[in-house]
Amino acid sequence: MIATPKPDLVTVNIDGKEIAVPKGTNVIEAARLVNVDVPHYCYHPKLSVVGNCRMCLIEMGMPAVDPATKAPIIDPATGKQKINWIPRPQIGCGTNVSPGLHVKTTSPMVKDAREGVMEFLLINHPLDCPICDQAGECKLQEQSTGYGRGYSRFIEQKNVKPKRTQLGPRVVLDDERCILCSRCIRFSKEVAKDDVLGFIDRGSYSTLTCYPGKELKNNYSLNTVDICPVGALTSTDFRFKMRVWFLKQTNSIDTETSVGANTVVWSREGVIYRITPRRNDAVNDTWMADSGRVLYKQVQAADRLTAVQINGNDSALDIAVNTAAELFKAAPGAVAVVGSGRSSVEEQFLTKQLAAALKAPVALVSRVGEGDGLLVSADRNPNVRGALVTGLIAALPSSQLTGLAADIDAGKVRVVVAVNEDLSAAGLTAAQLAKVSVIYLGTHRHATSDAAKVVIPTLTVFEKSGTFVNQQFRLQKFLKAIPGPVGATDDLTALARLVAAAGGSTVAGDLTGVWKALAAAVPALGAVTFANLPETGLLLDAAPFAALPFAEGETLHYRPAAATT
Amino acid sequence: MAVIPVERKPLSLAERTYLPQIVSGLKTTFSYMFRPKVTMEYPEQRPELPSNYRGVPTLVKDPNGREKCVSCQLCEFVCPPKAIRITPGEVPAGSGREHVEKAPQAFDIDMLRCIYCGLCQEVCPEEAIFLQNQYSMTGYTRAEMVNDKAKLYELGGTLPDQHFKWDRKKEAEEHGNTH
Repeated sequence: MIATPKPDLVTVNIDGKEIAVPKGTNVIEAARLVNVDVPHYCYHPKLSVVGNCRMCLIEMGMPAVDPATKAPIIDPATGKQKINWIPRPQIGCGTNVSPGLHVKTTSPMVKDAREGVMEFLLINHPLDCPICDQAGECKLQEQSTGYGRGYSRFIEQKNVKPKRTQLGPRVVLDDERCILCSRCIRFSKEVAKDDVLGFIDRGSYSTLTCYPGKELKNNYSLNTVDICPVGALTSTDFRFKMRVWFLKQTNSIDTETSVGANTVVWSREGVIYRITPRRNDAVNDTWMADSGRVLYKQVQAADRLTAVQINGNDSALDIAVNTAAELFKAAPGAVAVVGSGRSSVEEQFLTKQLAAALKAPVALVSRVGEGDGLLVSADRNPNVRGALVTGLIAALPSSQLTGLAADIDAGKVRVVVAVNEDLSAAGLTAAQLAKVSVIYLGTHRHATSDAAKVVIPTLTVFEKSGTFVNQQFRLQKFLKAIPGPVGATDDLTALARLVAAAGGSTVAGDLTGVWKALAAAVPALGAVTFANLPETGLLLDAAPFAALPFAEGETLHYRPAAATT
Repeated sequence: MAVIPVERKPLSLAERTYLPQIVSGLKTTFSYMFRPKVTMEYPEQRPELPSNYRGVPTLVKDPNGREKCVSCQLCEFVCPPKAIRITPGEVPAGSGREHVEKAPQAFDIDMLRCIYCGLCQEVCPEEAIFLQNQYSMTGYTRAEMVNDKAKLYELGGTLPDQHFKWDRKKEAEEHGNTH
C-alpha cells in the first residue's frame, strides 16, 4: 500500500471557501471536505485515476504573478490578487491540489460541460430503468436529474450491444448500459489481481468483455457490481430480486474470517436480500469477498433450529433451563464448557461467567484455512481475539478438542455446554457424545445438536447486536437487521439464564447490562459502551497478546506481528 | 335565568282540518311523477361511467397479448395504503420475450386496503396498470378480496397501445447498429 502522506497541508479555494487539505489530494476529495459534490463516474477513491468519463469537469485558476518579478498582480476592482482562470474546464479527479489553487464547481461553463457530458453518455444508454436493478442507486439517474436534458435530441438508432452476458458465476453484464468508466477493469487489475476484463473495439462501439476463454470468477468479482456506477454489472444472486429503495440498511460485520470486513445488510420486512461492503479505510477499504455475501442464506436454511428441545422432544425455555440446572447439580465439578470464536464479545463474556459459576474448564475450537492476502484471513473465526480480551481463554485454541475427549473417556466430564460449536466436527466421536449430557446453544442442526440432551436455539449474527474483535484487535459492532425466528432465544438471554441455573451471581441478559459488567470486569474495555463505539471500530491494545502465535498471514491493512518485527 | 313565556297563536279552522297541508304535499308528490327519473334499478340497471372513472385497479395486456408489467415495483412504492405486493421475477430464456427480462411472478392487490386513488396508474412507466370501470368488489373472506395476478389480468383485459416499446426495442436489437 502507498504510505500515507505527511500532513503537508495545502490551502485551496473551492467555490470561495478556503480549506487546507493534504498535499496530493485531488479536487474531488478536496471539494468533498467542504461538502461540495463534484459528480463523477470513473473516479473511485480506492482505484487509480484514469479520467475517462469527463463528468468531473471543473473550472480552475491560479493566483496571478508578474512573470518577471514574481510579484502578485492585484486586481484593482477587488483589491485582492487576480486569479488567472484556465479558459477550458479541467477534470477534478486528475487534478491534484497546489497552493493557492482556485476552483469553481458551479460556474455556467462547468454546468454546460456537465450537461454536454451527460447528453453524450445518454445517447446510447437504453431506457431500461424500470427493469434495471441499479435503479435507485444509479449515478447516471442521479446526475441526469441534475444535468440531464429530460428528452433526447438523438433521433438515430441507438447502438446494439450484448444484453445478457454471463461474465462469471456471479456477475451478469449488460453492455448497452455500460458507460465505459473502466472501474471494473481497474478493480480486477489493481485490487483483485485477476486481470480478466477489458474493452474491445473503438469509439461508440467500445464493449466491455472478458478475456476469451476466461471468466470473472475470483472471490472478489461482486465488488465490480458494487462499484459499477450504472446497471451494467449485476449480481446473479440479487438480480431482479427486489428494488433497492425498499431495503433497510443495517451496519454489520462479515463473520467469515477474522478480517471483520464492515458490511451493510439490506433487508425488507425481516428478509435479507443482499450484503454489500461498507467503507472502512482501516479494515476493508470499500471491498469484501464474495463468499461473505452469501452468509445471509444461513438465516432461512432448512437445518435452522427453531424449537427448544429436550431429548429430541420440543419443549420450552424454562423447562430447558431447569433441566440444565439439574444436570449441573448432578455433576458437580464434572462440567466442561466449549465456547466459540464465532460468538460475540458479550456472549463470550457470559460464557466465561458460566464457566466460572460451574468451575468448568473452557475450550474453543479454531478453524484455520488458507488466507488469500486480501480480505480472507487464515483464521476463519471472526472473534478469537474477543475471547482473549474478555479472558475466556488465555492461549490460542486448537482445531480438535483432544483434552475434552480424554476427560470424557476418563469419566471426568459428564456434562458439556456447547455454545454454537459442533463437537463432532471438533473431533469428538459419537460414542464420546453419547457418554455425556450435552447442553447445546446454537443456530443450526448437526450431529452435536442431534445428540444433545438440551437444545436451545439461538440467533444468527443478523438477528442480534453485539461486537467482534478482528485480527487488528479492532472492536467493531454489528447491529440487528431482522427479527429472529419464532422459537429462537437471544444468546445473551439464554446464557444469562444458564449462569443463573449454574448457581452463579445474577447477570444481565441484555446488551446494555452486559456492557456495564464488561466495562467493570475488563480494564481494556473500561471506557467503552455499546452506544459510544464508533462505526469504524475501536483499536484495542494488542500488546498483552503479542506473544501468541496467531494463524493469520498478511492481508489488506494487516501485517502479522511477527512480520513487522 | 328569567323565564320568558312565549305566546302560542291558536290554530285557524283551515289549519285544524289539515287539508291544505295534505293538498300541498300531494302537489309536490304528483309534480315528481311527471319529471324525468334520477334513480335506477341497481343491479339490473348500471350507471354509465365517465371515461376517467377510477374503479378497481387491473393489469392489462398489449394487443399482442404480452403482459405489460415488468415488475418495476413503482406502484408498490407509491401505493399510499400499501395494498400492492409484487414478487419480481426473470422472464425465462426461450419464451420469445426474454428481451423484456423482467416480469412479475406474483402480483397481489389487497382490495380491502385499496383506496382507489389511482396513483399506481399514474406512476406506471409501462402503462400496465389501469383503474377501469369495475367498481363492485365483494367477497365472504379476506383472502377473496385480494386480487392475484390471474384475477388482475382477467379484470384488465387488453387495452390499445400507442408505443409497442418492447417490440420496437426487439426490432432495434435485431436490425440496429451492430457491427
